[in-house]
Amino acid sequence: MNQIINDRLARRAFLKYSAGGLGSMALASMLDPKISYASQVGSKGVINPVHHNPRVKRVIYLYMAGGMSHLETWDPKPTLAKMNGQPMPESVTKGQQIAQLQGAKLNCLGPQHPFQKYGKSGIEFSSIFPELGARAADHMCIIRSLYTEAINHDPAHTFMNTGTMINGRPSMGSWLWYGLGSETESLPGFVVMVSTGKFGQSQPIAARQWHSGFLPSKFQGVQFRGTGEPVLYIRNPKGVDESRQAELIKAVQSLDKLENEVVADPEIEARIAQYELAYRMQGSVPELMDVSKEPKKVLEAYGANPGDGSFASNCLLARRLAERGVRFIQLYHRDWDHHGSVKDHSLGTAKEVDRGAAALIEDLKQRGMLDETLIVFGTEFGRTPMAQGNGRDHHIKGFSMWLAGGGIKGGMTYGNTDEFGYSAVEKPVPVHDLHATMLHLMGIDHKKLSFRFQGRDFRLTDVHGNVIKDILT
Amino acid sequence: MKTNMKKIISLPCALLFVFFGVNAHAVDAKIEFNRDIRPILSDNCYACHGPDSGARKAGLRLDTEEGAKSKRKGNTAVVSGNAMQSELYKRIVSVDAHEQMPPPKSNKKLDEKQKELIKKWIEQGANWEGHWSFISVRNPTVPKVINSKGFVRNDIDGFILEKLAQNKLEHSKEADRITLLRRLCFDLTGLPPTKEQVKSFTGDKGDKSYENLVDQLLSSPHYGERMSVFWLDLVRYADSVGYHGDQSVTVWPFRDWVIQSFNKNTPFDRFTIEQIAGDLLPNASIENKTASGYNRLGMMSAEGGVQDKEYLAKYASERVRNVSGVWLGTTLGCAECHDHKFDPFTAKDFYSMEAFFADITERGLYNGSDFGPRISLPSPEQQQQLDSLDDKILSLKKVLDMNTSALEQQQLLWETSVRESSSWQILKPEKAVSKGGAKLTIADDGSVLASGKKAEKDTYTLNLKLPGGTFTALKIEALPHPSLPAGGSGRAGNGNFVLSEFKVNLMNKTETQVVALVDASATFEQDVAGETNPYKKWTASSAIDGDVKGDGWGWAIFPEVNKPQHAVFQLNENLKGECVLSLVLEQNHGKGFHTLGNFRISITEAPKPVKAGQGASLPADVLVILALDPLKRSEQQKQKIASHYRSLAPALETSRKELIASQNKRNEIEKSFSTTLVTVARAPRTIKVLARGNWMDDSGAVVLPNIPTFLPAIKSANKPRLDRQDLAIWLVSRENPLTSRVLVNRLWKLFFGTGISKKLDDVGSQGEWPSHPELLDFLASYLVDNNWDIKKTIKLMVMSGAYRQSSVPSAELAEKDPFNKWVARQARFRVEAEFIRDNYLAISGLLVDKQGGPSVKPFQPPGYWAYLNFPGREWQKDNGESVYRRGLYTHWQRQYLHPAMLAFDASCREECSADRVRSNTPLQALALLNDPCEVEAARVFAEKILQEGGNTDADKVDYAFSRTVSRLPKPKEKEVMLNLVVSYRKSFTADPKAAKDFLAVGDRTLSKDLAEIEVAAWGGLARALFNLHETITRN
Repeated sequence: MNQIINDRLARRAFLKYSAGGLGSMALASMLDPKISYASQVGSKGVINPVHHNPRVKRVIYLYMAGGMSHLETWDPKPTLAKMNGQPMPESVTKGQQIAQLQGAKLNCLGPQHPFQKYGKSGIEFSSIFPELGARAADHMCIIRSLYTEAINHDPAHTFMNTGTMINGRPSMGSWLWYGLGSETESLPGFVVMVSTGKFGQSQPIAARQWHSGFLPSKFQGVQFRGTGEPVLYIRNPKGVDESRQAELIKAVQSLDKLENEVVADPEIEARIAQYELAYRMQGSVPELMDVSKEPKKVLEAYGANPGDGSFASNCLLARRLAERGVRFIQLYHRDWDHHGSVKDHSLGTAKEVDRGAAALIEDLKQRGMLDETLIVFGTEFGRTPMAQGNGRDHHIKGFSMWLAGGGIKGGMTYGNTDEFGYSAVEKPVPVHDLHATMLHLMGIDHKKLSFRFQGRDFRLTDVHGNVIKDILT
Repeated sequence: MKTNMKKIISLPCALLFVFFGVNAHAVDAKIEFNRDIRPILSDNCYACHGPDSGARKAGLRLDTEEGAKSKRKGNTAVVSGNAMQSELYKRIVSVDAHEQMPPPKSNKKLDEKQKELIKKWIEQGANWEGHWSFISVRNPTVPKVINSKGFVRNDIDGFILEKLAQNKLEHSKEADRITLLRRLCFDLTGLPPTKEQVKSFTGDKGDKSYENLVDQLLSSPHYGERMSVFWLDLVRYADSVGYHGDQSVTVWPFRDWVIQSFNKNTPFDRFTIEQIAGDLLPNASIENKTASGYNRLGMMSAEGGVQDKEYLAKYASERVRNVSGVWLGTTLGCAECHDHKFDPFTAKDFYSMEAFFADITERGLYNGSDFGPRISLPSPEQQQQLDSLDDKILSLKKVLDMNTSALEQQQLLWETSVRESSSWQILKPEKAVSKGGAKLTIADDGSVLASGKKAEKDTYTLNLKLPGGTFTALKIEALPHPSLPAGGSGRAGNGNFVLSEFKVNLMNKTETQVVALVDASATFEQDVAGETNPYKKWTASSAIDGDVKGDGWGWAIFPEVNKPQHAVFQLNENLKGECVLSLVLEQNHGKGFHTLGNFRISITEAPKPVKAGQGASLPADVLVILALDPLKRSEQQKQKIASHYRSLAPALETSRKELIASQNKRNEIEKSFSTTLVTVARAPRTIKVLARGNWMDDSGAVVLPNIPTFLPAIKSANKPRLDRQDLAIWLVSRENPLTSRVLVNRLWKLFFGTGISKKLDDVGSQGEWPSHPELLDFLASYLVDNNWDIKKTIKLMVMSGAYRQSSVPSAELAEKDPFNKWVARQARFRVEAEFIRDNYLAISGLLVDKQGGPSVKPFQPPGYWAYLNFPGREWQKDNGESVYRRGLYTHWQRQYLHPAMLAFDASCREECSADRVRSNTPLQALALLNDPCEVEAARVFAEKILQEGGNTDADKVDYAFSRTVSRLPKPKEKEVMLNLVVSYRKSFTADPKAAKDFLAVGDRTLSKDLAEIEVAAWGGLARALFNLHETITRN
């Protein structure tokens, strides 16, 4: 008898070490169905307790993929407007890295849309975002002085997500999930959704962008899909209804348990628990993804049509994921690569995202969740102040993003590019600072969240990163 | 200490491991620098006092003995034998924030035990050792141990037992035969045992039975497949390029080469050299070249806007990371931007290594379909076809080259005719009349241009006078004219015409005599819209057929309307000159104004046969020779003209046609060959040290190829420039301390679950001190001494007593050594992603036992590739046997790896992957429960259960369970399974449509003679069995 108890203790201990905080509650509930799942608070991360008081519990990252032009959106440039059609001074561009405009004549292209002041704060941004202007301006903190290191989409996404251009490193959502755990055990802690617009070139997005890299693969982001099967393999096989599936999983678990009585292998306990989670996901995910029962006025506020896979629908789903405790929610909208017709296309693409983003902020606020959520509206790089035909090329020296939510000073702008919108000159913000600030808001000192790989302690911020204190409340 | 404990609980194995290690040695009197001290220094001090000269503080170095023990500014960091005089010790125990080391702001801190260890080490004399993996491999003597309970099977066990004794642990008993069988099968082939293997191994308990099984498995072709999964992760083999559009690339012959090399047991040194420098080997074979594809397996980009130079730098540095990761087990990656922080690699070392590969032909930006140098590889069937075609071509060529007197005669005649055929005389008509009312204008050059009224049908009549002579043929030239539609020579909208009948009349004073025409030919005859034409073509001969097949058919030339064309009509009887001819050109096509627009008539005295195009198409050099007197021609000229004649001699026409057909066929087959990327050497690019890795900075020093300078140098260093072959030979030389250690350490992981040094990707100073350093060195020398024989080394491992132990720990063992550091038991782990699939396909009988070939596409959820672009793609599932192949043959898309593979931790292979994690996640459960591939296999397995499993449910359960996990179920297990079957049967009986739906999953047709409800019910059990932990675990 003593041996059995010891055995069990050893296993429990092991389970705690090896599974990185896999809740033993899950296991207990499986063994005893009377324990309710609702009593669980999710899984703990390695940063426990957190380094300081967190301002937010989660991040919703609205990722404008393709390279959103800062000049048509968040960064007003009257001088550039005046210089429309004239050559860009060579002193600005000499020796700088250039993508498709290699060897071309470099002429200025003025901002293609008027800017105006919004909200009580009167922050200025492009008139192509009327909904954000009317509904959210005073929550937004626009950073106009970002810069990055990668000038092509694929490595630029990788840099934005992992802090390096080298592949095989964890993306920020994986870092957060690993560091803080999740508030849900029925859903992954890192969820990704992708929508595609109809104006820019639809640049590819690699699954690498939500990969866990060298972190344990359980921290990999899981893609939820607005159309088709919401999560891969989430649907029962044809002909297998819920009760048949439940019965089968129960049989698998019983057989695993019987085997474990002989071999006492903590991995078996973990597997039994994972089948439990899988079963619960099969129940919760389709319910989560079905927005048709949302009140009509909510659907209208977002401009969402259930099941259309649009950015607006994904924004609504992001709120539902946030409510259920998902730690990091990333929505890609891949429509911002405007090499040509930047005027019409930025207008069109802005319209695809404006209402959904504004509604998300409003909705979270109404539910009292905005204070505990960080919203990032970002992109992998900006676009050149120089014309590429009637469009703009990729640009890394200066671009814009905005943040909103808990801990963020709303209704302000931070930093600036030069008068051409070329280089970030005032309070330049490297990508690592954005990461450091994100982690800071979550209660993590970015220098203390590391993982040893190939003999080195790696961080999301590598050896860089400063928290942008001026934008925090 | 409190915080440390917390860390241990929430962090991982690594820390606990250290904790355990320290515990085990706390009582150990003798401190060992490498085991006990170096990890502390490396972790806490080397970032500022290590190899990186750029980051070094106060000029102090603690990674070398010299640095640590020499006096600087009156202080010495380490004074052997005296801790209190050692600045290092004083600083680590200091409580003054200015003095304290590591400085508080570094977030690093030594615990009391670590401080104590350093103190003791100094007091014991501060014995220094080079880093364990960088010093040369020793060949330790095998410890003498008592062979308790027959545990010791070979030399490995001596090393294991010695450590067990030191740690007061006892080895486990030998595992049962079923476990051993399954362990060996999974470890050596990646497949579960077959029914026959279970029967024969459990039946034969003889002394040799175990060894026989090992030999049998090592010689199975599946051994190479299993080993390739391990190797392909390291060398990052994939079927797509990885960056941006992630386009497909064909390099699977490299994968097959790896499989075959393992199966042939190619020595590892040769295996290495062929991959890194196969193309440089003398008389490099197809296999050598295929192997050199290794250098081309890195990611590539076809993203518009890529700067060539930037990406060449990316590819080059990835190559250094890979070669150092695969062979040296260390990452030089850090040294791309600065000297390595922990190991003595410098930035210059990084770029010197890069320089070895500077001769590889490649581009920074590719075009999306052509990814650089490749070779064609025929399949065996294709090679056979080629060989027989080559035979045929050879014999045809012989026929064509054969000299016969008949041929010579014909050649002479031909030569005469060609010489004379260039003598066409233009006949300028005196009068030209159009019946349809067109205006026909006769130009000075004799051509006739039609304009004005257009009729659907028209007949032109020309009157002309012949000069003196004896004429053999007439010619009609159709000449393009800008005034005509489409700039052609006809009046139809597309520039075409149809000459439906051509008649010639000799106008004597009193009568009109018909001149008969034979043998019409043309420079071009239209075959467009020829389907309904009785001649299948718009031939010139249909213009002299007397319209027997209808008067709408004739000579036409679309689409070659913009080139001058002509038709030649031979006269049946030669015609004497000095007469008047009337030429009638009937154009009765009747649709679209297909009438001649611009044309000209000529006549010749050339000897028959006179053909269209004759002479005109002769190459200039042939014409020159023709003009020479045959007797004055050189041998070479004679041959030239003879060979030209053979190319058009009517007597050889059949052979010529056959030759052309055979050559075309050969080209076609060659075009269908698979290709594979290879390395092609070029003049080496200049490689410079890039400051902070910045590719735009050209200011760095130029470097030549070299290995890291702190390692033993390459011996053949007399050359002005070392090349890849030198590097490869050095990697597998005895002087290099790393490659053999790294390889045996990784092999150990395959068969014991973890490496002897746990960090498979870094054996540098940040890696882990091996649990059994002497064993590691013993194995490394064993490998090298046995000519790098991998099979032999593996056999030594799996024949050992250590390998044969049970993997079930006693409670005591689980407590004392939870991570099995001392190998007092075997390991239990889930099989690799690829083998999960292989396993259920094998159990169901669906697995197709075929080796190699192009990668395959089994089912993948639709829309999974939606976010790939350039081009946008959808996965096209294969059919037939391709959907039942082993997992390693599944198409490897780097950006969107098959989701079932990804769920089970398969590597995307973007970089070197030395140590796949083994996670346990709900997504794995979902994939294994719901993937249609698995559901189909379950249904097919159910059919087998019903056909072969016996009569009663109980028999069938026994059959199904033992086919899956190779053992019979216990009563309680049996009860669970029977209950499931009974319940499923009931549930499907109530809902037969659901059963039908379930059975419809997959391609394999359902056996007709089985009751559907039964198949569905047992299919449920089969799914449950496929999902058991025991099924997917190697114990």
